[in-house]
Parts: sequence; C-alpha cells; structure tokens
Amino acid sequence: MRFAHKDLLGLEDLTRGEITAVLDTSEPFKEISERRIKKVPVLRGKTIVNLFYEPSTRTRVSFEFAEKRLSADTVNISTTMSSIAKGETLVDTARNLEAMRIDMVVIRHGASGAPRFLAERIPSNVINAGDGSHEHPTQGLLDLLTIRDFLGRIEGVRVVLVGDILHSRVARSNIWGLLKLGAEVGVCGPPSLIPPEIEGLGVRVYRHVEDAIAEADVLNVLRIQLERQKANLFPSLREYNRIFGISNARLSRAPRDILILHPGPMNRGVEIDSDVADGEHAVILDQVTNGVAVRMAVLYLLAGFDVTRAREAKEGLEFEPEAARGSAKGSGTPRPSRQPGPAGGAAEARAGERGRDTAAKGGDRGEVGSGAELEEART
Amino acid sequence: MAEGTRLMDERAVNRALVRIAHEIVEENGGTDELVLIGIQRRGVQLAETIQAEIRKFEEVEVPLGAMDITLYRDDLQQVAEQPIVEETDLPFDVTGRVVVIVDDVLFTGRTVRAALDEITDFGRPRKILLAVLVDRGHRELPIRADFVGKNVPTSDAQQIKVKVRELDGELAVDLLERPAMGPLPRAASARPPADLNAREN
Repeated sequence: MRFAHKDLLGLEDLTRGEITAVLDTSEPFKEISERRIKKVPVLRGKTIVNLFYEPSTRTRVSFEFAEKRLSADTVNISTTMSSIAKGETLVDTARNLEAMRIDMVVIRHGASGAPRFLAERIPSNVINAGDGSHEHPTQGLLDLLTIRDFLGRIEGVRVVLVGDILHSRVARSNIWGLLKLGAEVGVCGPPSLIPPEIEGLGVRVYRHVEDAIAEADVLNVLRIQLERQKANLFPSLREYNRIFGISNARLSRAPRDILILHPGPMNRGVEIDSDVADGEHAVILDQVTNGVAVRMAVLYLLAGFDVTRAREAKEGLEFEPEAARGSAKGSGTPRPSRQPGPAGGAAEARAGERGRDTAAKGGDRGEVGSGAELEEART
Repeated sequence: MAEGTRLMDERAVNRALVRIAHEIVEENGGTDELVLIGIQRRGVQLAETIQAEIRKFEEVEVPLGAMDITLYRDDLQQVAEQPIVEETDLPFDVTGRVVVIVDDVLFTGRTVRAALDEITDFGRPRKILLAVLVDRGHRELPIRADFVGKNVPTSDAQQIKVKVRELDGELAVDLLERPAMGPLPRAASARPPADLNAREN
C-alpha cells in the first residue's frame, strides 16, 4: 500500500491501488464508531479547519465526527459567519489560518477547482469536500465502500447513476472511482442533463430508466437540484418523477435485486419514491455510516504526510503538488500555473519539470501564482 | 534479509504456549472472568493457540479478542508513511475481567503501553496481564511480562522474527541479523522505515 499524498482533491487523481488502499483503511475505522468511547488518539494535536463556502449538513457533520473521533481539534468556518462575508479572498483566508498554524483544511466551495487552487498555495493538507460541479471525492469513496460491503466486489458490477449528471460532482467522483475499480458504469437522465462527451469515457448512456433497471446491479439515485428546473433544463418535477423517478413499481420489473444508493438530501417523490427510500434494498443510511469511516481513513492517511516538515523546508517545496501529477483530461477544472520557485538540488529539478508541465497545459494562468507569492505562502 | 538462526521450532513454540496456557489458568485460579486479547497481527494467532489449549484441559472457551494498537502508537509523527491499520474486534466487555494481552515479542514495551491505553478506553478491567512468546530485552518503559515463552538476550542489531502458520506458513522463532544500513534519514527513529509494519520485533 502506498498513499503519499498531501491532498485529496478528486478521485481522478488517484490510482486504482490508492483508492483500494483508502477503502481497505476504512474497514478498521468502522469499529471505532461502535465503541463506547468513540475516540482514538491518532490525530491528537492536529488542528483541522472545516471551511464551508456552501451550505452542507451531512458532509460537514460527517467530517467533524471523523475528525473528533480521531482526537483532532476542529474549527468550523462558514461563509455567513466569517470575514468571507466581508469580502476576504480564499487565499487570504487560508493564509490567515496558516498563520495560526493549522494542519489540515477541509473545503467545500461553489467553484470547481477551488480546493486545488488552495492546495497549491498552502502547505497544510487540503481535502475537497465538494467543489462546484467538479468532484466530491469522499462521497465517491463512501459510495464505493458501500457497494463493496453489500456486493463483495466492485469489479464487473453494473452501476447506473440516475439524474442530473451534468451538474453533479457526486456523479463525477463516482464515475472516476467506479471506472478505475473496473465497474461497468452507466448514466440515465434527461438528455439536457447528460454531458454529451460522457460516452467517450466508456460510460453507457441509458435514455429510459426502465432499460437501466433491467441491467443494473446498483442504482445511485442523484438529487435533482430544484433550481435546475428554473433554468428550464427539464419541464417540471412531476414530469421528472413520471419519467425518471425510481419507484417500487419500476423496480419490481427488475430481473435481480438492485442496491439503491442516494447521496442525500433526498427529494422524496421526485427522484426517489418513499417506498424505495425506506425499502429493503436501500442502503442510504449505510452510506452515511460509511461516510464517517471513509473520512477517518482519509484524514489518517493524509496525516502521514508531514505538514511541519513541509513548512520547515523553506528552501524547497518538499510537498508534492497534486497539480504536477494531475492529468489534463477534461474535467473543466481551472489549473492555475505554478512557477518554479527558488529551490535547490533535486527540488529545483522537480520544480523545473512542473514549470514545463503547466506550460504545456497552457490555459488560464492569469491572476495567480508568481514564484514570490508561493514563497510568501509557504513562510 | 540475512538467513537467521532458528531459536524455536514448531515443537518448542507449542511447548511454550501449552505451558503459558497452564500458567495463565493457574495464576487466575481458573478461567472465571478471563479474556484473551491478541495484538495484531501475530499475537492474535498465538492467543488462538492458547485459547485452544485451555479448551483442551479446562473444557472452557475463554473469550478471545483482537486488537490493533496502531492508532495509539507514540511514533506516528516520526514515520514516513502511515502504517496499515488492522481490525480491532473485542466481542466482550473488558470491565471487571482479567485481561491477558498476548503478543509475539516483548522489546521496547511501547506496543504494550499502547495496548494498555487502548484497553482502558474500552473499559476498566479488574486486572491486566501480559503473555509473550519471546522477551528480547531492551525495555524503554517500566513494563514486564507475566508469562514468557523464552527469554532471548539480543543486541540492537538483531531482530526476532516470530512466524505463525496462518501468515508465514510455519510456526517458529528465528533470530536475524539486521542488514547493514547507511545513516538513518532525519534521525528521530532508531528503526528503519522498512520495519514500521513489523513494529518492535
């Protein structure tokens, strides 16, 4: 097993082996939440900031439980209750937190790529808790863990994501994780909510939910965001339910039992009917339980990357920036450039490579990341 | 890794475990309140053998649990990569019980310190005892074993390797000479990163 990462930004960045390592590490962490004293001292003395620029209950609480059960000290910052509301920029907020000597940031942000932007500028570990329509890696991991728990494997399992694929970060993280672990992935939803290029990834598109039900082992039913209807992407919630809603009547025609996942919060009677949500094949609450274990595993694994050492290494970037390893496959993420900073020896050579790497990618590099700015951010 | 010297073969290990099983029951004056906790990973197999022996002569199934102490280690800040965490499974309440911790090798005592802290988080045993197959000396904490299979004086440069059938294909104890090493990276730990998952053996 090898998981030498500073940050968890998306499942697109991870290998099959690394994803499996996180899932395997999650297993022993499940038991901790069943203890009478639900706490182990492994992250004692670590300070973790939960930086939430978008409303979230489940994910934030799940992260907070995971952090506290590992004995970390936690601080929650939400947009409405901080200087963010006064117009402070993301980097300024992060630098101020760094100045108070934090170890990890868990960030939820409305802009795709915000966690990566932050990860490249601060030596603390950064965990993406959902960014725009890009990725929600811990949700993807907990979905994978839940499927593996109930079906015993992921390889060869046919998983269909139903709903708004276009705007869904949950869908993206699921697709990357499932494909890497060898599942057969399908998507189903209104054509206006299916990205046209998705078949190029090896994902099957189902036009009719009945066809998906006929072939799937697992349905991951995504939340229909009510504001999408206002954008005229589909005519009405009632019509959505009639055509794509998952009901027992539809499931009763399936040739085999289908595992039902939903990332929450559910719109009962829209994308999923109550009799399904509360039915025997729904594992929605098991997902929530697994979410805490998966997040504990991620925190534990990332904590192995020594922040203090990275911070002390002022003459060279000791931490591996994820962007240097990230691929250019079109996720639509802004990839700000990283100039080679003043560095010595091997670090300089690595920085040089990164410079070429980002130069080759080109693209939006305007407002961010001079070498001087990076140097300042590290000190 | 260099070829080792065999300290105990399968018969010798079994003799030691049979003796420890008897000593545990004798010390406790029976099997009432007795529970065994094997330390992951090889302590669990040894604890299973002790449990089977007690079953033979007392016709009692002593409750057996497995414990991983990784999350209670005191050196996680110093390791290069996070060690693999194994399952902890204690299918009983430790409060009021006589707990026997079973591990393969007693060395610095740091694993036992971690185990004591972890057990305390599960409840308040009436008494905690320690059984090890090999005591190799070099304690860094005031900890001693109550039941020892074999005392083996060692040097720092040596390593004790306990092999169990389930993980290593045979039951035996070997003494290995550590391969010569260059200067350790970044000081702090006296043990090389390659040994991290082997803990203090």
